[in-house]
Amino acid sequence: MNARQVHGIVRPKNAVHTALRIVLFAILGLFALYYLLPFIVMVITALKPLEEIRGGNLISLPRNPTLEPTLRAWDSACVGVRCEGLKQYMWNSVAMVVPAVLFSTMLGAINGYALTKWRFRGADLIFGLMLFGAFIPFQVVLLPMARTLGILGLAGTTTGLVLVHTVYGLAFTTLFFRNFFVGVSNGIVQAAQIDGAGFFGIFFRVMLPMAPPAFVVTVIWQFTQIWNDFLFGIAFTAGDSNPATVALNNLVASSTGVKEYNVDMAAAIIAAIPTLIVYVFAGKYFVRGLAAGALKG
Amino acid sequence: MAATATNILVRLKRVDIWLPKIVIAPSFAASLFFVYAFIGWTVYISFTRSGVLPRYELAGFVQYVRLWNTPRWYVALENLVVFGVLFMAICLVVGIILAILLDQRIRAEGALRTIYLYPMALSFIVTGTAWKWILNPTLGIEKLMHDIGFASFQFDWLVNREMAIYTVVIAGVWQSSGYVMALFLAGLRTIDDEIIKAAAIDGAGPARTYLGIVLPMLRPVFLSAVIVLSHLAIKSFDLVMALTAGGPGIATDLPATFMYAYAFQRSELGLAAASAVMMLVTIMAVVVPYLYSELRAGRR
Repeated sequence: MNARQVHGIVRPKNAVHTALRIVLFAILGLFALYYLLPFIVMVITALKPLEEIRGGNLISLPRNPTLEPTLRAWDSACVGVRCEGLKQYMWNSVAMVVPAVLFSTMLGAINGYALTKWRFRGADLIFGLMLFGAFIPFQVVLLPMARTLGILGLAGTTTGLVLVHTVYGLAFTTLFFRNFFVGVSNGIVQAAQIDGAGFFGIFFRVMLPMAPPAFVVTVIWQFTQIWNDFLFGIAFTAGDSNPATVALNNLVASSTGVKEYNVDMAAAIIAAIPTLIVYVFAGKYFVRGLAAGALKG
Repeated sequence: MAATATNILVRLKRVDIWLPKIVIAPSFAASLFFVYAFIGWTVYISFTRSGVLPRYELAGFVQYVRLWNTPRWYVALENLVVFGVLFMAICLVVGIILAILLDQRIRAEGALRTIYLYPMALSFIVTGTAWKWILNPTLGIEKLMHDIGFASFQFDWLVNREMAIYTVVIAGVWQSSGYVMALFLAGLRTIDDEIIKAAAIDGAGPARTYLGIVLPMLRPVFLSAVIVLSHLAIKSFDLVMALTAGGPGIATDLPATFMYAYAFQRSELGLAAASAVMMLVTIMAVVVPYLYSELRAGRR
């Protein structure tokens, strides 16, 4: 039996096999190029002065690489009528994303714990009703939300966006923590109860120390979703309080004067960097969140 | 002594019966208000003559009649069908092929997977901005092809009414196909090698093994991928806004951009609400049966 077992399929180890492996790698390599090329084009374009963009093409390398477009995108490019770059909007996004992730994650953790380890009557129904919120098209809540934010005096503010993202993030965070705590043995809870620990004692001293993996997945998921949100940002904020995604869209759409493609690309890279960093350093957990979010989409 | 200790324990237990419910209450109340009451409000408004301001006298199906008599709504629906079908089909094909190829004990699998999936971490606005530049009719891919030597190469889809919707497909597939790959790769890893070996011993070639045996076993993955992708397609808003802003004209309008335009630019609350309700109904038709079967399977 001159057969080697490659994951799944038995293949003879010979010239045909080698040729197949080469074809396989070639196809995988081409796909890698397809996924990478747009980002490479963005970086190349962001580093070129405008004359080189007009003279060259998408993948011609910059002859005189310059950071000037990047600095302009950060500091002085025009977003609508304001020409102060993306920096203010990046801070808006930070001010929105940090509290929203914090609140929704903490609430999700305690919800997930209460729903699984203290199964009261109706817990499944409550969870089912809350989970529904993860599936709705947000268009269906835009109008009443706009009015509610107006009544609360939060229209056009970052605080308003924090509220919106916390509320609509709850379905996901509760789902993530519920799925995590379901896997934790009930015996641990009972043992702690016999030792005299109560609801919060068990949560803070027994459950939270076990839950870092769930926290990492949830925080990364929420961070990516909220940072990348556009719909709520464009519907509920105006001008100064826009998050980075909305500002990026406005910057690219601003049509005053010469179209500066290099500044557009630099701005897109700046707006993408926070989520890209998270992906590069915690990709494993990001993928896990995606798998859990498969239920959602 | 022992009696008091038990007493305290009992009293603690009684608190513990209420605490879980008290803890859940704020989130559940938020869900009832911000999801259910809001949906109720939108549905109600869709049955009124609300314009710039909401009006609360019911007026029957007047907004739905208007909606289904609005040519722009049909443009949006037609685009949704074209975009949705192509986006889902291409994402599935590319994702499945990549997952199967990656499952052949590839040395650099981790790195390749990272590369295939990173667009998922980007905002659709970033993706749209990048592809808008790549597909730029004068300086983008057209110029590149001219420089390579194809002097007559023309690519004006981004500004071509007939073709613009396909640019949305191109960018959407680029962003989301890696996700399908990840779902199917995870699914392939759960399949017992013995089954595949048995098929090979029976003389089934790789193609037959995968098409006839492996893929049918991955039906649940298939289902969740279709649900996720259709959900993404129906909600698509950011990508269109960044790539074409619905243009040229209204050529790439989708229900989500239609709703936004009527709600926030034309201030036709009733009509916007009616279109939002149509979106909700469409998504529910896809998701509710799925969710129901998932929850039932989870209970078993």
